[in-house]
Amino acid sequence: MISTPAIEMRGIGKRFPGVAALNDVSLVCHAGEVHALVGENGAGKSTLIKVLSGVYQPDDGEIVVDGSAARFRHPVDALHAGISVIYQEFSLLPERTVAQNIFLGRELARNGMLRQAAMRAETRRVLDMFGAGKRIDPDALVVDLDVASQQMVEIAKAIALNAKVLVMDEPTAALNEAECRKLFETVDALRAHGTAVIYITHRMREVTRLANRVTVLKDGEIAARFETVPQPAAIVRAMVGRDIADFYAPFAQPDELGATILAVRGGGNAALRDINFELRAGEILGFAGIQGAGRVALGMAIFGALPFETGAMTLAGESVRFMHPRQAIRAGIGLLPGDRKGEGLALMQSVRDNGMLTSRALGSLAASHKRNRFADLGRMDALLDRMEVKAASYEQEIRLLSGGNQQKAILARWLSLEPRVLIFVEPTRGIDVNAKARIYHLMRDLARAGAGIIMISSDLPEVIGAADRILVMREGAIVAEHGRGASETAIMLDATGEKEAAA
Amino acid sequence: MSDATVGQVPATRPRFHFDRWAPALLLMAAVAIYVAACVMTGQTQYLNWSNLLAVVGRSIALGITAIGQTFVILVASIDLSVASLISATAVLASVIMNGAPTMIVPAVAAALALGVTVGLVNGLIITRLDVNPLIATLGVSLVIQGCLSAFVSNFAGSVPPEFQFFAYGNLAGIPFAILFFFALAIAAFLVLRFTRFGSNIYAVGGNQDAAHFAGISTRKVIVITHVICSLCATLAGLYLASRLRSGAPWIGANGVYDLESIAVVVIGGTVLAGGRGGIWGTVAGVMIFSLIDSIFNVLGVDAFVKQVLRGAIIVAAVALYAARSRRIVG
Repeated sequence: MISTPAIEMRGIGKRFPGVAALNDVSLVCHAGEVHALVGENGAGKSTLIKVLSGVYQPDDGEIVVDGSAARFRHPVDALHAGISVIYQEFSLLPERTVAQNIFLGRELARNGMLRQAAMRAETRRVLDMFGAGKRIDPDALVVDLDVASQQMVEIAKAIALNAKVLVMDEPTAALNEAECRKLFETVDALRAHGTAVIYITHRMREVTRLANRVTVLKDGEIAARFETVPQPAAIVRAMVGRDIADFYAPFAQPDELGATILAVRGGGNAALRDINFELRAGEILGFAGIQGAGRVALGMAIFGALPFETGAMTLAGESVRFMHPRQAIRAGIGLLPGDRKGEGLALMQSVRDNGMLTSRALGSLAASHKRNRFADLGRMDALLDRMEVKAASYEQEIRLLSGGNQQKAILARWLSLEPRVLIFVEPTRGIDVNAKARIYHLMRDLARAGAGIIMISSDLPEVIGAADRILVMREGAIVAEHGRGASETAIMLDATGEKEAAA
Repeated sequence: MSDATVGQVPATRPRFHFDRWAPALLLMAAVAIYVAACVMTGQTQYLNWSNLLAVVGRSIALGITAIGQTFVILVASIDLSVASLISATAVLASVIMNGAPTMIVPAVAAALALGVTVGLVNGLIITRLDVNPLIATLGVSLVIQGCLSAFVSNFAGSVPPEFQFFAYGNLAGIPFAILFFFALAIAAFLVLRFTRFGSNIYAVGGNQDAAHFAGISTRKVIVITHVICSLCATLAGLYLASRLRSGAPWIGANGVYDLESIAVVVIGGTVLAGGRGGIWGTVAGVMIFSLIDSIFNVLGVDAFVKQVLRGAIIVAAVALYAARSRRIVG
């Protein structure tokens, strides 16, 4: 196809203090094609999109729209140029109606008074364009819509803006199988309509189903470019940049699995029902499921943060009931939260202080480091050294570290307590490939040392690669169990509860 | 679920939003308790039209201030300088008028100019210097109060009888001040509900980043809401000068208009985090406050006990909203 690209990014470079986030990245997308942008977390996809949408200013390179160079100083400049981005975290206002959201910032008005009927009619027209008009009422509050419908509203917002280029950032992350198919049809319709779609994902079946071309980003650089969609294996190799074989730690050998260390019988609360499972010492147990399936709620219930209201739990054979994380920690249970910045770190404090956070909370105030291992700084430093935490000094504020090093510092916090059960929630979210591999191997080391590991992750390949056994959750219950090396498709079918979609 | 159902099942689950109706329910409860208290203590003479007007009339200054406060809280800001500004405008207007009817217009103009200035200062400190609104407006409040106290220590100037119409006059048998309050509330409602500016206020309070990315000038919106808030405080100051027939530097602080205006806005269901709430909730909040006072008066509750109960009621009301609107995440 010889035509002017709808959008072209040429030699984009972006540096943040201490890191080169993007280096000489070029990307072309024509009208009426879907260009898949794939890469690991932290590969630079989000940064690239933020440059394209005017959130960040590039340090090098240029953006060309319809053949002429453009400079976006503000997201609105990009919107005016016809570039709309649908981020993973929706930019919708939950307390406003669908119509109010679609016309956010560009409300139709006459003499300063809103033309509500006109906006409502236009909203309905746009929703009808992809068959969502019957489902979604323009006057409904966004907070009352399910996630898939909220996404439809985001797409409708972009279409109402006459976007020529639509960027979708992992749009299926929160969708079930039927909703995914609906979304794919919408993408097909957009393509037929002449929109240039840049589609970000790390799921190979979406690339195969949708893309015309593929670009792979890795560590802020273009790792590969495919003018036609290749075999998934070729894409994965370019994405990971190393052999899958030693990326994940080996699975547990039968003789490494010990006695049952944690068992839950009939556990339930507002978010969970009839939870039954056992975790053995030396085992990594993965929990898969879509967002809101109750995996995180289960972790929180075991940890005593959102306690079980019914059922029983035993830890190393003893019956336990944790109503507060403090009790769970004392009994030897640790939890690495998924939202590192929000729940895991005291950002303004030093690496060492963050490592000592739990120890100090549990030690007595008068504890001397000579008598109390909870207050032993030397031991913490040795742990941080062993985990290869890269920091200028352990007195450095932890917010200045990379995500991978922050995660290792949190892990050190728990290791210093020698936990019997450690719960990892999204252990590798937002960290680079090598740090990921390090975390997987550390998990395995811990398991070999006799701990039971619970791994809760939305990154399905990682659960399959790292866990010895996988439990699938849906709507607050455990619905299936898979052994090591199960297929992604089989797990997704259980997670979404749609057997008939197997074909 | 099959494809066919995806297309037709409405995605909206119609829900009863308790927190949206709570202020109205609380108001009805307060009215019922008031009536019950009057009947039980045999003071049915209080159950008439003129006493109803008196109940509402007692809270005009608080109500006007709270309407302004609603705007800033909706954009997730706050204004602690209203009490000092009320004192300052009352004194300023009273001194400029000094009993002369011809000076009413210059005095009102000067007061409004003061309001715009304070609002701009508050808004610009918050948006340009990135100072937390709590600290910014507290600082401005101290500055105003300090300047004022340097010049006057008690009632200064006087208000001509013509201007006392604001507080004491009647139109069609209804006190002018009450009509003024409701007119202001209706105007505020129309702005919030039917104008682009109102829509921008909810957007900025709901999600400042989303508003920014949608091309809304978030700083401008925040500054304008602060100007509106300060102008409302100015009107409240003018009303108090008219009612007290003069202005004194302690009337704002005495009425605790800063904290009470925030309390009634919150009781009215507007969330401090911004983006949700509205004027009618605030009006209900003002009435609830007023009724609580009346109930205590009817029951003859001791003044200090009254204070304790008022504090407890504020906390209980807000805790009730929080408990009912909590959503399970995970």
